[in-house]
Amino acid sequence: MFKKISRNLFLTMMFIFLYFPIFYLIIYSFNSGDTMVSFDGFSLKWYRELLHNKDILIIILNTVIVALISALIASIIGTLGAIAIYQTKNKQKQNILYSLNSVLIISPDVIIGISFLLLFTVFAIPFGFMSVCLAHIAFSIPVVVIMILPKLNQLNGNIIYAAKDLGASEYQVFSRILLPLIKPGLIIGFFTAFTYSLDDFAVTFFVTGNGFTTLAVNIYSSARIGISLEINALSTIIFVITFVMAILYYIFEIRGGKSKYVKNN
Amino acid sequence: MFKDFKKYAIIYYLWIIIFVVLPILLIFIQSFLDMNHHFNLINYKTFFSSTYLKMTFNSIIYALLITLICLMLAFPTAYLILKTKYKKILLILLILPSWINLLLKTYAFMGLLATKGFLNNILVLLNLNPVQFLFTIKGFLIVSIYIFIPFMILPIYNSIEQIPENLIKAAQDLGANKWQIIKKIIIPLSKNGINAGIQVVFIPSLSIFMITRLIAGNQIITLGTAIEEHFLVTGNWGMGAAIGSILIISLFLSIFIVQYPRKKFLRKKNVDIPSVGGANV
Repeated sequence: MFKKISRNLFLTMMFIFLYFPIFYLIIYSFNSGDTMVSFDGFSLKWYRELLHNKDILIIILNTVIVALISALIASIIGTLGAIAIYQTKNKQKQNILYSLNSVLIISPDVIIGISFLLLFTVFAIPFGFMSVCLAHIAFSIPVVVIMILPKLNQLNGNIIYAAKDLGASEYQVFSRILLPLIKPGLIIGFFTAFTYSLDDFAVTFFVTGNGFTTLAVNIYSSARIGISLEINALSTIIFVITFVMAILYYIFEIRGGKSKYVKNN
Repeated sequence: MFKDFKKYAIIYYLWIIIFVVLPILLIFIQSFLDMNHHFNLINYKTFFSSTYLKMTFNSIIYALLITLICLMLAFPTAYLILKTKYKKILLILLILPSWINLLLKTYAFMGLLATKGFLNNILVLLNLNPVQFLFTIKGFLIVSIYIFIPFMILPIYNSIEQIPENLIKAAQDLGANKWQIIKKIIIPLSKNGINAGIQVVFIPSLSIFMITRLIAGNQIITLGTAIEEHFLVTGNWGMGAAIGSILIISLFLSIFIVQYPRKKFLRKKNVDIPSVGGANV
C-alpha cells in the first residue's frame, strides 16, 4: 500500500512538472490583462485578436505549408532511400549508407543550421521560403528512411522474385508488394517529418531570410520585446489539437492494433 | 533487385552528397579561413586559448549536469510507469509535452520564472524570499531538464519494457529483494536505453543556444551559443566553424566509443541494436 502511494506520488509530481508550464500558458490565454504575470480576469479577447491578426495567421500558414511540403517530399525521397539501402547487397556498403543516413539525425541542430547556411551561401540559394523548405526536406529524409527500413527488413525477398517470375513489372512489384508493406512505416515517417518541421527552430533560424519566418523563429525574435498573449491563445489551440491527436493515436494504433492481433490469431 | 528503380534512387544519393557530406566538408573548410578568407590555423589557435577552453569546459559541465538529473528523474519514471496498469496511455501523456513547440514551452517559463512570476509569488506566499530565476544558472538548468526529459524517458522505457518478465520472477524466486533486482537485472539490461537517452540529451544540451539566450540571458555560454554568436552576430564564420568542427569530431568520437564495444558485445549475442532517435532541439 505504502509502495503504491509513493509510486503514484512520484509519477504525479512528474506529471505536474511536465504539464505545469503548458497549463500556465493555457490559463493566461484567458487573461483579460496584458501580461503573463498577473491574472486580471477571464476573457476571450486574445482568441478574438488572434483571429484578426493577419501577421500571425500568415506565419502559422507559412509554418504549416513548409511542414506539409517538406514532409511530403521527404516521404518520397525517404522511401527511395530505404529501398536503396535495403537492396544494397554488399553489407559494408549498406552499413556506410546507413551511417551516412544517420548523420543528420544525430547532429545537433546548430551544426545542421550552420552547415546549411554555408551550403546555401555557396550555391547562392536565396534565403527565405525556398531555403527553409530545402533544409526541412533535408533533415526529414533520414527520419522517414529509419521508419521504413525495419518494415522492408521483414520482407521475405523470395516474394519479389516470385512476383517477377510471374511477370510482374517493377512498378507492379512496388505498388502491390512493397508499398502495402511499408505503408505503416511511411505514415509514421510522414507524421514524424511533419512534427520535426513544425517543431524546428534552430535550423530555420539560420537559413531563413528577412521576409520569411516560421512560428518558432517569430517567438524567439519577439521574446525580448515582449510577446502578446495571442501566442498563449495559439498555444492553447495547438495543445488541444495535439492532445486530441495523441488520444486518437492511442485509440486506433494501440487499442485497435491489439484487437486486430487477437482476431488474426 | 530493381533495375529501373536505380534511376530514381539517384535522388537519394544526391541528397547524401549535397546535404550530408558536402555541408560537413564546408564546415571543415570554413574553419580554416580567417576573417579575410585566408587559409590558416588561427581559429584553432584561438580555440585552444584559455577563454574558449574554459567555455568548453563549462559547457560540458552543464551538459553533464542536465544529463545526470534527467537520467535520475527519467529512470524511476520509466520504471514506475511500467508497473502501472495504464502504461501505454501514461507514456503517451508523458511524451506529449515534447510535441509542443519548444519555443512555446520556453516562453511559458519566461512567465513562470520571472521576478514577479508565478514561482516567486508562491515563495512569497510561503513567507520565503523571492529567488532570481531568470538570467541565472538555476533557471537554465530547470528549463533544459524540462525540455530534455521526455527524450530520456522514451528509450529507457522501451528497453525496460523488453526485459523478460521471467528473469525478474526467477530472481524473486531465488530470494532477490527489490533493490537487488533493480541493481542486478533492470539497470544492466536497460543499458542500451540509458546509453541512447544519454546521447539524445547530452549532445543537444551541449549545443543548445535558444534556452541560454532566452532564459539565462548572457550568463551562460555553451558551445552552441558561441557558434550562433560567431555566425549571426560577430560574422566570424571561420571561428564558428572551428568550434563546430571540434563539436562534430568529438561527437563522432563519443559515438564510436559508446557504440563500438556495445556492437561487438551484441554481435556475439546476436541482438539488434536499437536505433537512436534524435532530440529535435
